[in-house]
Amino acid sequence: MSEQSKISRKTLSIMILVVSLFIVVLYNLPGSIKPGDGAEPGPIVTPILSEPLKERADGSKLTSLELIEQAESKPYKVRIESWNTPNGAKVLFVRAQEIPMLDVRVVFDAGAARDGELPGLAQLTSAMLTEGAGIADVDAIARHFEGLGANIDTGSYRDMAIVSLRTLSDAQYRDPALTLFYDVVAQPTFPASSLERLRQQMLLGLQQEKQSPGALAQKAFFQGLYPDLPYGIPPNGTEDSLTRISADDLRRFHEQHYVAANMVIAMIGDIERTQAELIALQLDSQLPKGRAAPTLESAQPLAEAREEHLEFPSSQTHIMVGGIGVKRGDPDWFALSVGNEILGAGGFSSRLTQIIRQDNGLAYSVYSHFIPMASEGPFLINLQTRNDQTQQALTLLNQTLQDFVENGPTEEELEAAKRHILGSFPLQTASNSNIVDYLGMIGFYQLPLNYLDTYIRNIEQVDANAIRQAFQRVVQTKALFTVTAGQQATAGE
Amino acid sequence: MANVASRYLLPLGLALCLAPALNSAWAANDSAARPSAAERTFTHTLDNGMKIIVREDHRAPVMVSQVWYRVGSSYEHAGVTGVSHVLEHLMFKGTDKVPDGEFSKLIARYGGSENAFTSYDYTGYYQLMSATNLPLSIELEADRMQNAIMPDTAFTKEIEVVKEERRLRTDDKPNSVAYERFMAAAYLSSGYHNPVIGWMHDLDNMTAQDARSWYKKWYMPNNAILVVVGDVKAPEVFELAARYFGPIPRGELPKRPLNREVPGNGERRIEVAIPAKIPTLYVGYNVPGINTAADETDVYALRMLAGVLDGGYSARIETHMVRNQGIAASAGAGYGGFSLGDTLFYFSGVPAEGYSIEQLELAFNDQIETLQTELADPEELERVKAQIISGIIYQQDSISSQANQIGRMEAIGRSWQEADAMVEKLSAITPEQVQAAARKYLVANNKTVAVLNPQPL
Repeated sequence: MSEQSKISRKTLSIMILVVSLFIVVLYNLPGSIKPGDGAEPGPIVTPILSEPLKERADGSKLTSLELIEQAESKPYKVRIESWNTPNGAKVLFVRAQEIPMLDVRVVFDAGAARDGELPGLAQLTSAMLTEGAGIADVDAIARHFEGLGANIDTGSYRDMAIVSLRTLSDAQYRDPALTLFYDVVAQPTFPASSLERLRQQMLLGLQQEKQSPGALAQKAFFQGLYPDLPYGIPPNGTEDSLTRISADDLRRFHEQHYVAANMVIAMIGDIERTQAELIALQLDSQLPKGRAAPTLESAQPLAEAREEHLEFPSSQTHIMVGGIGVKRGDPDWFALSVGNEILGAGGFSSRLTQIIRQDNGLAYSVYSHFIPMASEGPFLINLQTRNDQTQQALTLLNQTLQDFVENGPTEEELEAAKRHILGSFPLQTASNSNIVDYLGMIGFYQLPLNYLDTYIRNIEQVDANAIRQAFQRVVQTKALFTVTAGQQATAGE
Repeated sequence: MANVASRYLLPLGLALCLAPALNSAWAANDSAARPSAAERTFTHTLDNGMKIIVREDHRAPVMVSQVWYRVGSSYEHAGVTGVSHVLEHLMFKGTDKVPDGEFSKLIARYGGSENAFTSYDYTGYYQLMSATNLPLSIELEADRMQNAIMPDTAFTKEIEVVKEERRLRTDDKPNSVAYERFMAAAYLSSGYHNPVIGWMHDLDNMTAQDARSWYKKWYMPNNAILVVVGDVKAPEVFELAARYFGPIPRGELPKRPLNREVPGNGERRIEVAIPAKIPTLYVGYNVPGINTAADETDVYALRMLAGVLDGGYSARIETHMVRNQGIAASAGAGYGGFSLGDTLFYFSGVPAEGYSIEQLELAFNDQIETLQTELADPEELERVKAQIISGIIYQQDSISSQANQIGRMEAIGRSWQEADAMVEKLSAITPEQVQAAARKYLVANNKTVAVLNPQPL
């Protein structure tokens, strides 16, 4: 039975075009994965069935804890190789020989933050790359990749534009897939018929957004939070801009932003370093050198608290509360990250989930996020609740946040959160997909190459005081931005 | 952002990629030194009937451990729709040994992530952790297989959470509402008629006792499958399972539903007129699945048919309906052959600007008629196969998707090894068989049409 997923995937492909931007940007795709480090797990200790286990000092009646605490650790490390191409693109490569496949991902500083006067331009450019490239038309491109069993993906977010290829690593499939991949990245033709079709799809996407209170709330949140920064630009465009964008605009955008000096190349798979160097060189030589995109301005925090309500005939009200957060590389990042785990990102153990969901049954999903970006990304808490419970949920949310910012976490919470983050580190880099996400993120945000190796120490050093100070610096509880989308008419009834 | 929410309703599996073994023609890609996924997979059955499947994957020091119960919403009867899913939520509310809230805290403390999912034919629980922590995950699952308490007080709060989940996932999403109605119209006599999350009035009317009875009825080792994929050794997993699950007595298993569909006796059409912006068309044909097909070849022919129509951007629907004719803004087709009972071959789409739902349906009909009257190009079939084969290799990148695939097959009463054989079986499908399947199944008597007709918001 896969009807539901299939149907919704297909019918909502337009929606996905639109909403994935919000969602992915909210998660800040490669960036938001929380790297932990350290716990170096080892082989399972074979339980000895006859051995009676004593009651533990912590009172737990579980016998397995003894077993896992005895287990020996096993070293595990991701080895990243890095170099620059002649034209200045940064390359990050991990050799992984276990599966006969290869991932190549190029990342440009060419997301919606570079849209300028034409919202949606970055996204439309990105979506058009596979519609015609070199001498291949859209049908030929699709047949070529799919006939080789290769997957090509384009993605456009607020900071990044990404083009990814996953192919079998055997040269018989890899080489022809790569040849066309280079053209898709460097020689797109932007055919008129495709532009009209994608333009219509994006316009329809804007209509679809109007039937989703969650999407409307997110859009209003970003627009309200960033009046002067391009993060306020809707990445999926506006009706006006989408109607105006021409093939020449796409060409200009591509020429300016899809250039070597503005590119990061991330690779992982079953190839040798020399092959990886050749791939990077090919990408480098097919693109003009160009210039790196200029640094974005800093975001200004809100001067005072603001509320915005969108009336919508839904049974739930979508609530988003937040403000300006931090940039990638913020010195307080690790304190904020551990604190956020305790406040609202740590699943069922987080304070917000405990209070809003477990104790009061007010929402299915409540989370807090820091989204570090090239400029200051947002801090936000979101939940959805039945319309008449909106005020109750908002009150609890604000009390929980206020209390956390004032007093920080308890020692017990801190210890549990650190253990979780450190213990889950191996999961964060357990697959090639996870690792290529990291490589793209480290390269794009110019994080140190030993980011993963030093992560454990950085997390271990966080204490309750650091969390309290970091939250007090960043989260202005007196100047929060609150967006609600739902039926106010029935609220409080 | 609901997708981050935990303990959620799994909207059924991902695409039906189902075969860990490499096709011989492609096996050359794989160095001889690498043992195939099938060679690294081991099974064992405990004396109490619980089945254990382990796939060793030593790439990273992590593992996923899943317990699958062979019960889901398609097993439910009128009045208690949604109870499988409510029970799934209540399974986190504690045992004598592990009080309410402790389960999640323990998993988090040991660096794991955990969740659960409910679907039509199964309910599953999983932990993703460092491989050394497997004993904890197994002990906790064994404990709640027989000792879950589900107190009334916890139920009272949790049922409200489930209702919020229903509002979030269904009631406030026009496409979800339309899909729910479409399913109810397309499935007349099987359990797939009801939504996994249940109808709201059944949730309103549900009691903790309903969930407890459901638990007693279906949660027993001889109705469960343990799947572990990761950096573990199979004999050690079997030993752990014997230690913790072994003492749980076998139970008396009730009859499973057949989930068969009666003949349609003509085309069925419904309209879903609700506030929305985008008109959408849903078309389903009642067809057999792997457990109900008289001839298994039909299942693979239908799978191939779905690939020819919608196996990517180069397949017929994207090429003709979306790109060349421009009738559809978005359209797709698929076949859910791996189910406990009968299933659907389905189409769905949104008309492009300037086209109507009627024109979209006619365009689907044209595609079907072409398949019924003309043989598919062997090259199209090759492309479908190429993607399935590479998909199997790519799937090895994720321990979770490997475990999901194994668990899904076993939970519908099939063997994970059948998934292995899929590539070969698909390779044997000819253009003539694809045509025959289209002629046999994609006919008016089997057809249900649902139209989401947007009303002002």
